Amino acid sequence: MGERIIDPATEGWAASWYEASARARLDGLLDAGSFREVIGPEQRRMSPHLPLFDLPRAFDDGMIVGSGRLDGKPVLVAAQEGRFMGGAFGEVHGAKLVGLLRAALALKPDAVLILFDTGGVRLQEANAGETAIAEVMRAITQVRAAGVPVIGLIGGRAGAYGGGGLIAGTCSRLVVSEGGRISVSGPEVIETNRGAEEFDSRDRALVWRTMGGKHRRLTGGADAYADDTVRAFRQAALDAIARAPAFDLATLEAEQKRLEERLARFGDCRDATEIWGRLGVNDPAAVPALTTAEFDALLAGLGETTHDAR
Amino acid sequence: MTRAKTTLSEILSSLFPEGHAVTVTNGLVSGEGPFRGGRLAVIGIDGDVPLGVEGACRLAADVLDVVRRGNRTPILVAIDSDSQRMSRRDELLGLNEYLAHLAKTLLLADAQGHPTVGLIYGHSAAGAFIATALATRILVGLPGANPSVMDLPSVARVTKLPLERLEAMAKDMPVFAPGLDNMVRTGAVQAVLDPARPLAEQIAAVIDALPAEDTRDRAGRERGGRPVAEAIAAQVVRDASLG
Repeated sequence: MGERIIDPATEGWAASWYEASARARLDGLLDAGSFREVIGPEQRRMSPHLPLFDLPRAFDDGMIVGSGRLDGKPVLVAAQEGRFMGGAFGEVHGAKLVGLLRAALALKPDAVLILFDTGGVRLQEANAGETAIAEVMRAITQVRAAGVPVIGLIGGRAGAYGGGGLIAGTCSRLVVSEGGRISVSGPEVIETNRGAEEFDSRDRALVWRTMGGKHRRLTGGADAYADDTVRAFRQAALDAIARAPAFDLATLEAEQKRLEERLARFGDCRDATEIWGRLGVNDPAAVPALTTAEFDALLAGLGETTHDAR
Repeated sequence: MTRAKTTLSEILSSLFPEGHAVTVTNGLVSGEGPFRGGRLAVIGIDGDVPLGVEGACRLAADVLDVVRRGNRTPILVAIDSDSQRMSRRDELLGLNEYLAHLAKTLLLADAQGHPTVGLIYGHSAAGAFIATALATRILVGLPGANPSVMDLPSVARVTKLPLERLEAMAKDMPVFAPGLDNMVRTGAVQAVLDPARPLAEQIAAVIDALPAEDTRDRAGRERGGRPVAEAIAAQVVRDASLG
């Protein structure tokens, strides 16, 4: 990549991660000029299936993979483009991430960074997408077991839904911003299957406090909360690499305990605000409006949300 | 395919002719039985039950118990489930973490020398499928099984394509159509077992032939259900380098 898409000199790093394209996120995340794409758009490795559905294709199939440097450290990176097919996993899209993780086993980078932006499986290629997600999860655990942290960054328009949520739960560390939603069934899916009285998908405040970054960070579903800027995600990724948990029996036993305790403590809660109250948040209703600095101060007083049980 | 599916009790009898200690509680399958002079641990979901936070947590605890006891005890993951439980409460509590945790326990067991085999004998879909049967080293099926990501009427709603057209396309597009045959052609399901023959020896043969690596993309290419995935992944491995 030649010219930087984001210009730090003009405070472009303050650009919104949520609004940025996948390529702009990579450009701002990595050291200047260090990104080298593998199977770039010039190779036009597009979906062989979408034309049968009369759907347009993308030269990169909505997945950009390659290598770069983060504060000098060699890393492998993958970024989903949520504006193409909702960032969903199709055959080529998924296989690029599988290949990147397999490459990590041989290359031993300082970390693999996954910039999530996905609605889950691409239904037009559902079996390929679902199988690729299983392959990705297997490969992530192998990469982690080899001592390479896999860091998920979640703050895109499409969130991390469906199989994307399961992949996120397999990573060593997760960084989220306010807009970064993590969930298996999306709001519309729950509403379609169970009705608007179960989940009103148009109630954006409900979506945000049930699946959004602040709730996930408060309950330990994510490890770091970042401002919605490229610069903040870069710093959070650097911090995450420095202290990633191992993938072994001790870690999973600790995660088992953590998840069992969550069920015991919050299993009867109807709304996120009840959970936040039980966590010790004095004014749960005020949480959605807190600035990042205020939210970080709140987190500092709730030590239990920070852990290595993942 | 409209063949009747094999029931869990038929499967367990065929696996453990001398008897077993596998129980089903609220659709969650757990236990073990004698197998080749040792034990075979079984976990799973029966009765088309959806997988929610409690179920995933329970099954993960069972897998961790097997890992803690060691002995490289093989683990069979028998599945006839719905999709993940779709509810506000499950997502509020972080269902993605529970499902991923269950998958991770199976992947850890595999890494620590426990052969893991998935057996799809009924339905399964989406997150429940990924967290269980698809997290094993090798997944096999029984005739009458019906795995899917999403049923065709729902696909029609989301893609805004007429159901009749999708049904016609499903006949020769294994990449998206529901059903066991399509999952075989995609490479996700390695083989379909014969319900008329004892399952104990068939599962033993599967364990003896476990591939050392993840070969699902290769199978997908050979069987035509995933024509390009293997080549794409291999090219990334070939071309990637640290700058």
